[in-house]
Amino acid sequence: MLFPVLNPHRQRLWHFHGGVHLPDEKTLSNGAPSVAAPLPKRLTVPLQQHIGAPADPCVAVGDHVRKGQMLAKPQGYVSAPVHAPSSGTVVAIEHRRVPHPSGLSAPCVVIETDGEDAWAELPAPLPDFEQRDPSELRERIRQSGIVGMGGASFPSSVKLNPGPDQPIATLVINGAECEPYITCDDLLMRERAADIVDGIRVMLHILGTKRCLVGIEDNKPEAIVAMRQAARQGDPAGRISVVEIPTLYPSGGEKQLIKILTGKEVPSHGIPAQIGIVCQNVGTACAVADAVLRGRPLVERLVTVTGRAVAEPRNYRVRIGTSAAELIAASGGFVGEPEKLVVGGPMMGFSVDTDALPITKAANCLLALTAAESPDPGEPQACIRCGRCAEVCPANLLPQQLYWHARSKDLDKVQDYNLFDCIECGCCAHVCPSHIPLVQYYRYAKTESWAREREKRAAEHARERHAAREARLERLERERKAKLRKKKEPVAAAGGADAKQAAIKAARERAAQKRTAPDGASAHSATPAAAKGNGADKTATAGASAVGSPSAEPRRPGGHAASSSPAEQAAASNPPPTPPQQEGPRASAGNA
Amino acid sequence: MQSGFISSPHSARINRVDWVMLQVCLALVPGTAALVWFFGWGVLINMALATVFAVAAEAAVVKLRGRPVLPAIRDYSAVVTALLFALTVPPTIPWWLTLLGIVFAIVIVKQLYGGLGYNPFNPAMAGYVFLLISYPVAMTSWLPPHVPELLQAHDLSTLSFLDSVRLIFTGALPPEHTWDAITAATPLDEMRTRLDQGMTIDQIRAASPLWGVFGGRGWEWVASGFLLGGLYMIWKRVITWHIPAAFLGGLLLTAGAFWVLEPSTHPFPAFHLFSGAAILGAFFIATDPVTACTTRRGQLVYGLLIGALVFVIRTWGGYPDAVAFSVLLMNIAAPTIDHYTQPRVFGQRKRV
Repeated sequence: MLFPVLNPHRQRLWHFHGGVHLPDEKTLSNGAPSVAAPLPKRLTVPLQQHIGAPADPCVAVGDHVRKGQMLAKPQGYVSAPVHAPSSGTVVAIEHRRVPHPSGLSAPCVVIETDGEDAWAELPAPLPDFEQRDPSELRERIRQSGIVGMGGASFPSSVKLNPGPDQPIATLVINGAECEPYITCDDLLMRERAADIVDGIRVMLHILGTKRCLVGIEDNKPEAIVAMRQAARQGDPAGRISVVEIPTLYPSGGEKQLIKILTGKEVPSHGIPAQIGIVCQNVGTACAVADAVLRGRPLVERLVTVTGRAVAEPRNYRVRIGTSAAELIAASGGFVGEPEKLVVGGPMMGFSVDTDALPITKAANCLLALTAAESPDPGEPQACIRCGRCAEVCPANLLPQQLYWHARSKDLDKVQDYNLFDCIECGCCAHVCPSHIPLVQYYRYAKTESWAREREKRAAEHARERHAAREARLERLERERKAKLRKKKEPVAAAGGADAKQAAIKAARERAAQKRTAPDGASAHSATPAAAKGNGADKTATAGASAVGSPSAEPRRPGGHAASSSPAEQAAASNPPPTPPQQEGPRASAGNA
Repeated sequence: MQSGFISSPHSARINRVDWVMLQVCLALVPGTAALVWFFGWGVLINMALATVFAVAAEAAVVKLRGRPVLPAIRDYSAVVTALLFALTVPPTIPWWLTLLGIVFAIVIVKQLYGGLGYNPFNPAMAGYVFLLISYPVAMTSWLPPHVPELLQAHDLSTLSFLDSVRLIFTGALPPEHTWDAITAATPLDEMRTRLDQGMTIDQIRAASPLWGVFGGRGWEWVASGFLLGGLYMIWKRVITWHIPAAFLGGLLLTAGAFWVLEPSTHPFPAFHLFSGAAILGAFFIATDPVTACTTRRGQLVYGLLIGALVFVIRTWGGYPDAVAFSVLLMNIAAPTIDHYTQPRVFGQRKRV
């Protein structure tokens, strides 16, 4: 650290609560420049490599595709397309194992490469982006399949569209790379600083923002120098400040980095745009430059292959869809049996049980850990309430209280203690003397809370439908009664004597007919006028009972029982404005 | 490769419960050494006895509860309880009192509430208070510190190692000795008695060679030893400064306020700090994480109130020292304090 006077880049920094100092282990993999990973024979490209709706495949098995050709189109606003990472033939579109904490399979396009790596016809570069409309650039970014490259993989075009009511004062670029071992952003900043700065300029233009802060931890001095130089040359207007921040995990968390650089806190349950900030990873900035200035979609990324269980840790420029096994083979294979293979960093990555998994847009690191690097923490012991977890929590939560309530499955209490402000950084579990897998408890409580929320919504929906049905049946009955009353009215209005006369007359006629007709049954059916007179109430009752009879009900135990609860009855008495009118009772009951 | 379903983080854990407990034991060394120097072998004998009893009691009850025994013993929490208990009881109590106190502490106060992490009360202090209430005479028979002038002035004698063993295991005093000849009032006790007799602080201090710079002679060295150990624990991040600072601050503030108002009947505030179990309590007992507050602001409140309570009970209560009572009283208040002192969560405007 230079003395402030000697350091022209010094800028006021802020602190976030907690955090931990970790052995950074970056020298394992950042000594050598990145190399291009060999072109694999097969590429397995998952259709969902982003948060949001999966992409919809637009190629068929047997199609020949060229590098950069779109394989699947985005579906909906929060979605992203995927592109062919190399030229070749589509040999399958099917479920394959993808990197996922639960070992899930998901739809993938499998390409057998032809070795030519021939580019498709790409959209025109837009070197004059500053004269173009932001929406055009956003569309380019969207069509290029760019998602957050820091690990969250949220579609970047969405993040770059905060809306007209949300002016963005600051673009924060995340080059902190606070997780130990990972060095791909470090290498990217050293090797492609100018492209990153170009990407920043594009994003500044899209957002209409005049200021950009690039936060880089001080354990990456080369990257800081490279970025500063590139910023000076690429943006003479001086909008971009490269800020050296202290190395402290998790300063690369979006909310934490924003706090460090601006002193502002992203509101709980909120997004940075609410405080006039958009945060993007350096990898994303680089991909934006490729897309806008070269027309290239996102088909490759830098991946760190590291850990002491691989022979030669280093960084690779990897085509999306390359198998992790090939990268490990390129790194000289495993040294002995690795204790764990982790996708991502040691603090937030997830362990996988196979290396037969494709690299995705979000996969920044393959980490093969030895038993010495990641020893089995052993059986968790009792919590001694030492409070170290609260000391290091960057969200300033009370992890211990969250743990107690998550353990007792008290989902309300756990939310009272702000479970959903937890960023799962793992600091608490890292320092816990009892080796309790705290993050796992929080994930469990979150998943349970979501499930409960879904159930609640489903129950609410069912209840509303039930209430609507009850209301409709009531109304139908009311209408029927009203109709009958109307028909009855003229008879009643005609007055006592006349009505009696008419009735007597009708009865006589009936009797006369009965006598003339040989068959009694048919005579009965031929008296429509009279039947209406005295059978009015009966019909209505029959109608109602038919509607309400068990035979008209679906065989669903929940359906009817639910109506007995007081809340439901209250809801039923307050029907929604437009219940469906045309369905018959049976049909609607079936749907309910 | 292990199966793929292990939750992050995958880093090596940097802390262990047994390591924490051993650090506490290590931090007790200087204070214990001073205590043994001034009060004889009885202290060590009690510590050894208490440790054996505590580990045995812990093992027995964990086994009865059908839990794995070894992990429960290997965390050394029972050892810490035993050591703290033995350091607070007089070095003359018979072995069966130690047994009684330890069994009460480990079995009833700790394990019957669920074991380590679940007990609302500090086991060592609960055991101590249980004995203090049940056996007040034995529990207040302290030896005089091994300071030659003091022993001569009051015609007292000290116990040899064998004397201590015999006293603890058989209850027999050395021949030609009486209880009066081997026991003496603690400085806190002496101060109380004399003040009750209407003497002023100056008169009291002039009347006996018992008094040192801050507290009683010998006693202040013991307190200094524990202070050293406490600072070691803060350095090693076994504890944080919050509870000890607030405890001593609370004690100093209340004692100081009354001393300023009535210096003739209230001793200098440092006397409170260096007498009795104040330092031991502030660094080793009130900081027991299981029974203390866990929020930072809560710890400050908790410590302050313990400190103030210690002064209140010492000055106006029925006992000369009050650390155990104060800690136990605040133990039960800890969850409530925690509830009202939750920190402001990142990104939230107001404290909740």
